[in-house]
Amino acid sequence: MDHNAPFPLSRRDLLIASASSAAASAVPASAATPAAAGRDEVLPVQAPVSLNVNGAARQLTVDTRTTLLDALREHLRLTGTKKGCDHGQCGACTVLVDGRRVVSCLSLAVMHQGANVTTIEGLGTPAAPHPLQAAFVRHDGYQCGYCTPGQICSAVGALDELRRGAPSHASADIVAQPMLSAEELRERMSGNLCRCGAYSNIVDAITEVAEA
Amino acid sequence: MKPFSYERVASPAQAAAAVAARPGAKFIAGGTNLLDLMKLQIETPVHLVDVNGIGLDTIEPTPQGGLRIGALVRNSDLAAHPRVRRDYGVLTRALVAGASGQLRNMATTGGNLLQRTRCPYFYDTHMPCNKRQPGSGCSAIGGFSRQHAVIGGSADCIATHPSDMAVALRVLDATVETVRPDGVARVIPIADFHRLPGSTPHIETALQPGELITSVSLPAPVGGTHVYRKVRDRASYAFALVSVAAIVQRDGSGRVALGGVAHKPWRVEAAEAGMRQGARAVADRLLDGARPTHENAFKLPLAERTLAAALSQARS
Repeated sequence: MDHNAPFPLSRRDLLIASASSAAASAVPASAATPAAAGRDEVLPVQAPVSLNVNGAARQLTVDTRTTLLDALREHLRLTGTKKGCDHGQCGACTVLVDGRRVVSCLSLAVMHQGANVTTIEGLGTPAAPHPLQAAFVRHDGYQCGYCTPGQICSAVGALDELRRGAPSHASADIVAQPMLSAEELRERMSGNLCRCGAYSNIVDAITEVAEA
Repeated sequence: MKPFSYERVASPAQAAAAVAARPGAKFIAGGTNLLDLMKLQIETPVHLVDVNGIGLDTIEPTPQGGLRIGALVRNSDLAAHPRVRRDYGVLTRALVAGASGQLRNMATTGGNLLQRTRCPYFYDTHMPCNKRQPGSGCSAIGGFSRQHAVIGGSADCIATHPSDMAVALRVLDATVETVRPDGVARVIPIADFHRLPGSTPHIETALQPGELITSVSLPAPVGGTHVYRKVRDRASYAFALVSVAAIVQRDGSGRVALGGVAHKPWRVEAAEAGMRQGARAVADRLLDGARPTHENAFKLPLAERTLAAALSQARS
């Protein structure tokens, strides 16, 4: 973790720090788990990576195991991108890489050398929100808000895919330009779960922006 | 996740050599399946060779009138390619029936073929699984087996292959092109690419250690109406209980393959002689020798009815 960023120590940080020191004193670093039996012992490896995040060049040195999600949240302190399942099943960590929506939890930071990454913080600001951010507020497209950054980044990508004519499972004709419909949007947004169940308002918000 | 070293390579030959040079090394492309498994320590590579910079990301026409799809072409780009949509509709339909928009933007053609089963016992490292730990036993046999294979399984494994894309490639008679660490290229018919589990369920494909998929080729289009019909527990973003890839010609003849029922895309060419007689005639031969568990016996009538629906859709 980069500790040079100005970030007040939270109760959670304190718990993480004390948990890791307890683990370090209890288990020698060389202890191998059954899953790793017979595996060459590899110590953690640090590697440099340069990313362009929300228009700013950022140089990082990360453990190779660091996902793009953890690089954004823990190293760059861009905590708008959320960690939900960490297994690519919920979509909370969706960001745009070179303009395409991806789940940042299933990608390593070191795989994105030189890439342009856009997070929810890069789409708009409270004073000048992105049209989708404004539409989600207008249509109440959330309750708890935890999935919202991922929903909005995913919607930006989905609308771009729709404009470029990419077919979906809901497209009746896969050769023709797909039509804008609630059914298309629901299918295209199926990788973003909302456990509060704000789906119908999310579809309304995206539809309004798509029709604008 | 276990620690690993990491390198980027610039060519397919360099990639194959890099993996062969280091026992326990693996290729990484989209990473959508490998990283998931690494987080659970089901996969514990000591070294990752990132193949995203080696090219192989284009779709080109072949001299035979088909298409050559680079192994690094993303699933979303393959599904949206104009010639695939027009001439190989079953492939586009299968691709957009799988995963989510985000995952399809990441997942590659080669990686899709190599994805591992979603058997819950393969994922649960506290349970025996012959695929994860050879010789430890199969927890699915006698366990929760609703999602599992009904045909082609063994006493050691009844896992299914999760890919939708591979089912379409099977019905299209695709070939898989590879390069080995010694630089030798070879062509593997899709029918021979995935293996049945037998007594070695941990060996899933015909690939040798360090062998890298470079492309997948489609023969010239065969025409007909292309259908991919998938039945799953929710309307989107779920693996198949049963899926049907079908190409039906105007005279009623055609080809059919099933997903969700076996350790590989399931096609029996001899069964296609029954296409004009209807789904029952095809399903009887296609699923001859099936050995379902009491929990997944529903897949046999489901497969026949999904096939009937696919044929009816093709003829309407």
